Amino acid sequence: MRQRLAALRGAAWRASRLPLLSTALAMAVAAVIVVASTLFAGNGFQPLLPVFAYLNLFAGAFGSGTAIVNTLVVAAPLMLGGLAVGLGFKAGLFNIGVAGQFLCGAFAAAVVGAALADAPAFVAVTAALVAGALAGAALAFIPGILKARTGAHEVVTTIMLNNAAALLLAWAVGDLVRAPGFSFARTGEIGNAALPVLLGRNLHLGIPIAVAAIFLIRWLLERTTLGFEIRSVGANPHAARYAGMRPVYLVTLTMTLSGLLAGVAGAIQLLGVIGFYASGISASVGFDSIAVALLGRSDPIGILFSALLFGAFRAGAPLMQINTDVPIEVIDIIQALIILFLAADLIVKRVFRLRDRGHAIEGLDTVTRSWGDQVAR
Amino acid sequence: MTSERAGRPTGDPPALEMRGITKRFPGTVANDAISLDVRKAEIHALLGENGAGKSTLMNILYGLVTPDEGEILIDGEPAAIRDPADAIARGIGMVHQHFMLVPVLTVAENVVLGQEITAGPFLDLEEAGRRIRALAAQLGFEVDPDAKVEALNVGQQQRVEILKALYRGARILVLDEPTAVLTPQETEEIFGVLRRLRSEGTSIVFISHKLDEVLAIADRITVIRRGKVVGTRTPAGTSAAECAELMVGRSVSLQVDRGVSKPGGAVLEIRGLRVADDRGHEKLGALDLDVRAGEIHGIAGVAGNGQDELVECIVGLRRPLDGTVRLEGRGVTGSSPRAMHGLGVAYVPADRQRVGLVLPFPVSDNLVLDRYFEPDFANGPGNILRDDPAIDANAERLVTEFDIRTPSHERPAETLSGGNQQKIVVAREFREGLRLLILDQPTRGLDVGSIEFIHRRVIAARDAGVAVLLVSAELDEVLDLSDRVSVMFRGRLVATLDAAEAQRERVGLLMAKGTAA
Repeated sequence: MRQRLAALRGAAWRASRLPLLSTALAMAVAAVIVVASTLFAGNGFQPLLPVFAYLNLFAGAFGSGTAIVNTLVVAAPLMLGGLAVGLGFKAGLFNIGVAGQFLCGAFAAAVVGAALADAPAFVAVTAALVAGALAGAALAFIPGILKARTGAHEVVTTIMLNNAAALLLAWAVGDLVRAPGFSFARTGEIGNAALPVLLGRNLHLGIPIAVAAIFLIRWLLERTTLGFEIRSVGANPHAARYAGMRPVYLVTLTMTLSGLLAGVAGAIQLLGVIGFYASGISASVGFDSIAVALLGRSDPIGILFSALLFGAFRAGAPLMQINTDVPIEVIDIIQALIILFLAADLIVKRVFRLRDRGHAIEGLDTVTRSWGDQVAR
Repeated sequence: MTSERAGRPTGDPPALEMRGITKRFPGTVANDAISLDVRKAEIHALLGENGAGKSTLMNILYGLVTPDEGEILIDGEPAAIRDPADAIARGIGMVHQHFMLVPVLTVAENVVLGQEITAGPFLDLEEAGRRIRALAAQLGFEVDPDAKVEALNVGQQQRVEILKALYRGARILVLDEPTAVLTPQETEEIFGVLRRLRSEGTSIVFISHKLDEVLAIADRITVIRRGKVVGTRTPAGTSAAECAELMVGRSVSLQVDRGVSKPGGAVLEIRGLRVADDRGHEKLGALDLDVRAGEIHGIAGVAGNGQDELVECIVGLRRPLDGTVRLEGRGVTGSSPRAMHGLGVAYVPADRQRVGLVLPFPVSDNLVLDRYFEPDFANGPGNILRDDPAIDANAERLVTEFDIRTPSHERPAETLSGGNQQKIVVAREFREGLRLLILDQPTRGLDVGSIEFIHRRVIAARDAGVAVLLVSAELDEVLDLSDRVSVMFRGRLVATLDAAEAQRERVGLLMAKGTAA
């Protein structure tokens, strides 16, 4: 038992050390940038500024009950968005369309929420959430079926659909469902469809929904035959097909499920935070989700933690800016550096002198992949 | 004859000497104090099973792996080889089993890659072409320096690899399983080239696990087992049986004891099957084939004559243009892989890593890759939940029964050796209720011990009444195992012979020309 526990801990460390070290390295490099920038600012050279900045960042994210709730509120859509991207990765799909699916989910939830603003809360909330989920799923179904039937690459189709969705929704909110009495195009008040606040000022129902989704997707992937099929198709579509699985069906289904999660992310953000749909609401969740999934290595538990980390960055940044004048944009630099270091993991391994023993040749193979493999087949 | 072949036994230092090379990987010692010397103008064979440590040793020589202990001497001088550039500078050339060529470039461009001849700022490919022609002529073959590599066949590509090594000034040439992808004729040709090279003074390390070839070409043979040198022999002073025993560590039977087959009714009947390949070209033209219960029907043929398309069509991975496939009397043309599986059809694919396994998955998952949805391994409403205890129990049973060497069935399949990976596929496919077993290159790249094991299993399945269709590029394997042999040539079966009529020469001619005349 103790041995098994130690083995588990070892596995957890092996899986999480690169993301953790990448984050640490990213924060260190960002600190250097902050220090360097003080040379050009009015207050003179301040070598300790990053320390104060990061302390304030931490305080802003975890320093009080309100701060922690804020972190959770920001993290919840990132969990769902991260799961959307991560689930796609498991099936070998790169869903860059989370931004568009997020907007569709938010829009559908806003419209249905406004229509049911006076209905009983349970009905209004449920219907608006389901509408958001279905809208995200519907948008993602398109690249899914295109990929499965024609081989059209999902990276291309989802990027294009992001723009198509944003523009279509801008038209819809302006011409179709514009609520009267506002100076700009927006949907109506959602009334009873607003997510109930469970605790404090704004810990809304979306947070337990997001955490539940983490464990639901983990269960789907690890414990069900469908999850096994999704993972098989992602790891080796040829073997999956030969084993009787149906890649066409699985690719479409996984993409749709991924969009469904993104749609729920949009719905909870709208029903829990924003309250109405207007052209130009931030879809940054869509792109942050890719970073969350990468940092979490597509593992649901990893995504839980990386969404919390990104949530903490976003929630803590305003206090950092107020107290130390270090701009919020430093968070973007840190995020970008994290992804850079994850992608170029050799840098992290070199800096921290990590070694993948016994994999020297395999590592090289990615650089010098031979063509003879195909000839021999 | 033999004494002439045995290099130059003079007082000169050996061209290459490796002393006490030790390399440990976590959990194993890949090389355990290995010492090896290769004389000038000698073909020295390195013989051993998969996973014995041959490739690690050669990767150390080529600077791809750093040894924990030991030293390398070239012409008696200690040589520090830290990377392939060092190795090339020391005159070591390596021809990998999987070629390292750029398919869209020409032969000349591939050969000079990294050592381009220039005229001013431009490549001088004409001069390069002249040098390559001269080098090839010296070795007794012709190449077209302007041909694109992707247009060459495998044997020609291999010669380009050899030219590439020699062009870089290799005096010690390492060939890793050079014949694994060649036909018997191409193998003979490459042996001619190697003998020519030897007569010009090049030292050659020839890595193989094929006994006949090693005995035919080598001056000396060093056998490695589990990371240790277990003996060095000359071909005259040893036999295939002794080498096999050294390799495996016990006596093995090289002859397949096939026994007598008692064929029953036809299990698989194919009529007028026409199939196109991925590019839409017709690969099979109106093919007829019967496989009977309790019989091994072998398909001999040079790779690429339509064997893959035939097999894929039977197992449901490819739709025929025309024709019928019947299994025990029922029409199954165009059925899905899962439907065929349900009817008792099993398939050991030629490419285990690409088609047969999901390499990052644990051994246990791979052992149920096509059965995970069956009630034995799934439960809950509609069998949507994995039954992990049953999957583990199945893995434990099969790992023991099929002697799959792995520390645990939770290890990813990619961490196992090729032979053990193939045993995973075989263990999964040789299941109960089997009616038709399709084997595509079932022993390619495997060591003697694993081949013997798989052959015995195939014969046992046949004796239990299973119809077996065997496709193999190894002519000897087809001839040893098959009760009937069909020869495939350009998408047609040009002959079907009983085992007794299927002499090696006759089948070889049919393979090469489509007629025995």
